[in-house]
Amino acid sequence: MEEQATTEPWLVLENATKSFGPVRALSDGSVTLFPGESHALLGENGAGKSTVVKILAGVHRPDGGALRINGEPVSFSGPAASRAAGISIIYQEPTLFPDLTVAENVFMGRQPLAGGRRIDRREMNRAALDLFGRLGVTMDPDRPAKGLSVADQQIVEIAKALSLNAQVLVMDEPTAALTSVEVDRLFEVMRTLRRQGAAVLFVSHRLEEVFASCQRVTIMRDGSFVRTAPIGQVTVESIILAMVGRNLDTLYPKTPSDPGEVVLSVENLGREGVFDHISFEVRSGEVVALAGLVGAGRSEVARAIFGIDPHTSGVVRMRGKVLTTGSPTAAMAAGIALVPEDRRQQGLVMDLAIDHNIALTSLERLSRFGLVRRSRERSLAVTWANRLRMKFGRMHDPVSTLSGGNQQKAVLGKWLARKPSLLIIDEPTRGIDVGTKAEVHRILDELVSAGLAVLMISSELPEVLGMADRILVIREGRLQAELSRAEADEAAIMRAATPGAEAAA
Amino acid sequence: MNLATEGPVRPVRRLDSLLRARELGIGLAVVVVFGATTLNNPAFASGTSIAQLLTGASLIALIGVGETLVIITRNVDLSVGSVVGLSAYVVGREFVNHPGMPVLVGFLLGTAVGAVVGALNGLVTTIARVPSLVVTLAALYIVRGADALIVNGKRIDPVNIPAAYTVIGYKTVLGIPWLAVVVAVVVGVTGYALRSFRSARELYAIGSNPDAAALAGIPTGRRVFTAFLISGSLAGLAGALFLAEFATVDSTGGSGYELLVISAVVVGGVAIFGGSGTVLGAALGAVLLNTINQALVASKVSSFWNQAVAGALLLIAIAFDRWLSLRIARRLRSPERANSDT
Repeated sequence: MEEQATTEPWLVLENATKSFGPVRALSDGSVTLFPGESHALLGENGAGKSTVVKILAGVHRPDGGALRINGEPVSFSGPAASRAAGISIIYQEPTLFPDLTVAENVFMGRQPLAGGRRIDRREMNRAALDLFGRLGVTMDPDRPAKGLSVADQQIVEIAKALSLNAQVLVMDEPTAALTSVEVDRLFEVMRTLRRQGAAVLFVSHRLEEVFASCQRVTIMRDGSFVRTAPIGQVTVESIILAMVGRNLDTLYPKTPSDPGEVVLSVENLGREGVFDHISFEVRSGEVVALAGLVGAGRSEVARAIFGIDPHTSGVVRMRGKVLTTGSPTAAMAAGIALVPEDRRQQGLVMDLAIDHNIALTSLERLSRFGLVRRSRERSLAVTWANRLRMKFGRMHDPVSTLSGGNQQKAVLGKWLARKPSLLIIDEPTRGIDVGTKAEVHRILDELVSAGLAVLMISSELPEVLGMADRILVIREGRLQAELSRAEADEAAIMRAATPGAEAAA
Repeated sequence: MNLATEGPVRPVRRLDSLLRARELGIGLAVVVVFGATTLNNPAFASGTSIAQLLTGASLIALIGVGETLVIITRNVDLSVGSVVGLSAYVVGREFVNHPGMPVLVGFLLGTAVGAVVGALNGLVTTIARVPSLVVTLAALYIVRGADALIVNGKRIDPVNIPAAYTVIGYKTVLGIPWLAVVVAVVVGVTGYALRSFRSARELYAIGSNPDAAALAGIPTGRRVFTAFLISGSLAGLAGALFLAEFATVDSTGGSGYELLVISAVVVGGVAIFGGSGTVLGAALGAVLLNTINQALVASKVSSFWNQAVAGALLLIAIAFDRWLSLRIARRLRSPERANSDT
């Protein structure tokens, strides 16, 4: 904020486009980076931020548009070319080599050399220690990267970026897995780099971090550039409006609920070393959300209820009856359905046809004498595809040909076909475009009005606030707070979810 | 709230030596097998017997060097046995057709034959992105088939091979066969290169995390190609040495070597899923397997047990690997956990 950049931009990306097969991931990617400035790139999941990052990284080659560095048009043949042009990337997921030492991870491909082009290990370890010193951490450069915590892995990534003396540092949601102390340290590094004249592109969902550390914001929606503005000219509300592009009411349709009898009751549920003392109830006709940071144990609780992982203490009851621990079959028989977080890995058989996927959970019902009847399988799939307004070519196409939103509908259809009384849904709209997102929300709302009980896990606070009747906040494996729809807001949830936040607040 | 730990420096040092002890462990196993057999049958420790032990392990160890490079990159080369057969026969045929051919040309020719197959394996694997298991399995059959066509039922006889060529197979220096000396030099040079050069470290990076390697700007295709090229070339050289050792070859020369080589490499501590391992370990693995084989023969155990023991050893090696990596993972994680709890 203090130093307003008036110089020439260092990097300009203009009207970049990128398609993957029939899916258009980016229709207008534009961003301008000035030296000495932190620039936030904002947008919902699927808005095209990651595609922009990967174009800058040299991973994707844009189909159209222009990329200029220092006024010169450039085209990257690969990640090495991007790096050579002075761009350094910190990805959301650390990209380390577990078998190699920490120092080798930092200097891979650029190891200090002694005579005869041999790697000078002593010098390499010294240089790594030096970098860790600048970051204010102590880490043995000679230990393997295997076994480092996510935060420490991120430190190694930052040290790597630092060692490149990059002109442009791109950070793709680097703070998702970090605690507040570590985030502060990261911002300190950002400030240092800016003072040295580097440009920083900061991708984040946490608006408070953006206001704390950036001078300029660019907002994207549905693969397109919306606007760029100095941080002083935007507010949280105006950013959200630009990101969502429509009123939140339509994105989160919510009929006032009328909870009925208790469907699921969880008592003192625990799984050693992961979570413990989790107790709550879900009634028919209500949505209960599990909120919390990534890694707080939300998905693990859901997995234990469904019986994928056995729980080591406590009981799960469905309509008063105790469920066997560690048995998804028992959970399904009791009327629980689970739409998992990762639909590609856990929700669907990607190479199998759409109708086979939808029928997969209902084969018992569709078969006679152990043989599945194809016509019944097909008609079941068609029924649900229509009810969920799925868009698809042919029923027997592999489910992998569907867009992300329609894949999610296929997973939903597969479970709804069982007529469950409790639906557990983990990240219902991750990686889905805004239009389909609103549709998924509408479907959920309709089902709940008809008496379904829903346990929803979501990392997107607007979704939690928009859809849930009650919000349970989990922090480090403990139930930290229960908030009613009336008392919940982003600040209250984040305060309960973030370790050490009450003290700071 | 320290991010990184201050404690791990010492445990990791000890751990490092533990890892190095992997080679030491195999060396010890060789000594134990050797000692036990010698107690039973003193002739086992005679000079000729020891020379035989080393010669017998040499070809497998040499091919194992190339195989190690390939496996480190999370690939595998199954064609090496067929390459040995083809290369040995081609070199032999040239000695038959051109009796005056210089000895060195024989070795170079064998290496070149292997290099061609290795290059093809590498190209198909990296450009067409076909899993190397499939590519080199196809190469195993194709090369063996081509070999059978060229051999056409004949065989190379010792009379056609110049004495200056076969000398490497039986002459010794200070009691060590020349063949073993040559292989030891290759192992030493490659082992040193794998520790010391950027491109070699990149092989480990590729096997350790292929996606991250691409993001780090490593030319993964070129590196994997090079690994296959070297593996093919060394298998070709091994074919030329096969001819020098036995002075005779027909269409079955080297068959089954690929499994012996992979066994030796895995017993020697090279992780089958890439990312770690040394050529010294692989070479010691070859020596251990051969020593056990010979020990069973010397102890007059039925040859059936040979293979059973080799298989059991493989299982033990893999189980030990798993145990070791779990142990290391726990060791590396524990200080962190203690720290993050504060």
